[in-house]
Amino acid sequence: MQNLWIIPALPFIGFLINGIFGRKLPKALINLIAVLSVVLSFAWVLKVYMTAGDVGANPVNEHYFTWIKSGEFSVGWDFAVDKLTMIMLFVVTGIGSLIHIYATGYMAHEEGYYRFFAYLNLFMFFMLNLVLAANYLVLFVGWEGVGLCSYLLIGFYFVKKSATDAGNKAFIVNRIGDFGFSLAMFLIVVNFGTLSFDRVFAAAPGKPVEILTAIALLLLLGATGKSAQIPLYVWLPDAMEGPTPVSALIHAATMVTAGVYMCTRSAAIFTHAPIAMETVALIGLATAVFAATIGLLQNDIKKVFAYSTVSQLGYMFLGVGVGAFSAGIWHLVTHAFFKALLFLGAGSVIHACHGEQDMRHMGGLKKYAPWTCLVLACASLAISGFPFTSGYFSKDAILGAAYAHAPWMYWVGVVTAGMTAFYVWRAFWMTFWGEYKGHGHPHESPWSMLGPLVVLAFLSLAGGFLFNVPEILNSMFPVAEGAENYTLTGISVVFGLVGIGLSYYMYVVNPALPESLATSFSGLYKLIYNKYFVDEVYDATVVNPMITGSRTVLWHGADQGLIDGIVNGVGTESRDIGGILRRLQSGNIRSYATWVVLGSVALLIVMGAAGVTGGLGR
Amino acid sequence: MAQLLEVFNSGVPITWYLLLSAVLFALGVAGFVMRRNIITVFMCIELMLNAVNLSFVAFANQHRQVSGHIFTFFVMVVAAAEAAVGLAIILTVFKNRETLNIDEIDSLKN
Repeated sequence: MQNLWIIPALPFIGFLINGIFGRKLPKALINLIAVLSVVLSFAWVLKVYMTAGDVGANPVNEHYFTWIKSGEFSVGWDFAVDKLTMIMLFVVTGIGSLIHIYATGYMAHEEGYYRFFAYLNLFMFFMLNLVLAANYLVLFVGWEGVGLCSYLLIGFYFVKKSATDAGNKAFIVNRIGDFGFSLAMFLIVVNFGTLSFDRVFAAAPGKPVEILTAIALLLLLGATGKSAQIPLYVWLPDAMEGPTPVSALIHAATMVTAGVYMCTRSAAIFTHAPIAMETVALIGLATAVFAATIGLLQNDIKKVFAYSTVSQLGYMFLGVGVGAFSAGIWHLVTHAFFKALLFLGAGSVIHACHGEQDMRHMGGLKKYAPWTCLVLACASLAISGFPFTSGYFSKDAILGAAYAHAPWMYWVGVVTAGMTAFYVWRAFWMTFWGEYKGHGHPHESPWSMLGPLVVLAFLSLAGGFLFNVPEILNSMFPVAEGAENYTLTGISVVFGLVGIGLSYYMYVVNPALPESLATSFSGLYKLIYNKYFVDEVYDATVVNPMITGSRTVLWHGADQGLIDGIVNGVGTESRDIGGILRRLQSGNIRSYATWVVLGSVALLIVMGAAGVTGGLGR
Repeated sequence: MAQLLEVFNSGVPITWYLLLSAVLFALGVAGFVMRRNIITVFMCIELMLNAVNLSFVAFANQHRQVSGHIFTFFVMVVAAAEAAVGLAIILTVFKNRETLNIDEIDSLKN
């Protein structure tokens, strides 16, 4: 017995303490509880790792209680740890601990301090629940729970309308995905009679392809919602309204990768549904390119990284879709390192510039915030796939697998990699090079923020060597031997370097060039600058018809017209009839008596006519 | 005298009793509907009850069954209770309004 339940329970205790008593506790104690609960959770993961032996050969399975039982069907509250879960546990608790430490510095001067950490701990609880789950329903509990925490934390600055709107958008868009997930679960229950991973995956090869394809596509719909893929990616860029540590933890490193994790977990279903696999790959690739092009022209530093996250998640789905599950997970891990670092670094930059997020009002920060500059350079190198950084290995694994699947996918992926390098370094040059164009005096962040950044910078650079995920997962997802192709690797590295060089040329050597390009290609520029008007298209085709329909048909028509009409009509009619009937109630006793007499006479006449004799006629 | 009893016991047809009962009942109804004094109305109610009692007893005698008598006793008990409660109500009404005219007691109008 490994007592896996302790891993999510610790953050939950932190949530309870901070959530209930946080208002009265001193900040130092809130910090201690919030950070300690997650660090202890990490320690317990470590303990499980040390003592559980080879979880690949003997997964840890723990059953706590039977949740739902109905005839043959039964769902238990089960946790399981195999190698995939182990990796996810380390990523979630490890990155989670670092971000909690960072947040104590970043959020120091914010209102609702305890509320922030309570939500963050609650998020950890649900996320750990999600990765530990041994059946779809428990996974779904975590899945919905992280969505809730995402909503709460995006809308953390709830006095800002844009923040609450962004929270609502994230929540509502995710409803669509979760609808797909629910349908997939229903299909699984109907066809497999169970939701437990072991039994579903064992039975999957024998099922008809059509059913597996339907299940896989519905699961994919769920994943596109949670992991911000086309067509449901629109909520993620808006989610940057939340505090930066939230963007790093939830909207870059952990929650948004839940879709990738879920698809990898369901590999047994996906691999037997080739059409679904192809769809996953295409959606991933399309999202990668699409988001990368939008990222090229964003001026808000967090928006750049948000679109970058969407794009990198696209890479992971590409990996999953072409059958390189372990490569997808590898990229998930390295992306968690360097994207968390990018966001936390961006938070440090925003902190340095007194809350400014527009990169056009930054610049020259390398002088004022050298450590931030250094760690962001590490992250940018990693995401650009610079040789021997973590991103180089994982992106290469995906692109190699994509080439083996279909060469054109590789080429699109490589061009996207070039764009990735370009926009990340563009942000870097705009922030750290040149002259400072903002207000006030920029300053370096405290060490509670820089410490986690340095750790993440180390992981971003060395993560590829330290965690060779495909090797770890080899027993689950065998990698085809001899797939190494140094030409392909070389090409993608060259594209990355070209991207970096081009951004240096355009934003450092010749800063007037971007503007002249924007004017000469103004149509294209406007299209991309306005994010392809996707939000506007969704507003026009889905949101506004829904709002208008709800207002005219449902509100004015059904609610006010029909329901209120019936209720009010019944009321008015009762009053009218009562108005007539109350005239009988004259208050004159003798008239009542007369009515009684007349009534009895009438009754007698009726009884006589009907022949009721009351026994007298015998 | 004995002859007269004989006539009563055997000779008076039930129709007579019933006619008397009906007349008494009709008088009660008429008084109940027409008189304005509450006490008179009250007495008319008693009259109606006793008219019914008479027909019960008449039928009991006719059919040689005891159930009619039992009914009569019930009615008398209830009538006694009713008289007690009713007179108490009348007293209270008079105390509060200083009138016994039934037409003026119409607080529950409409």
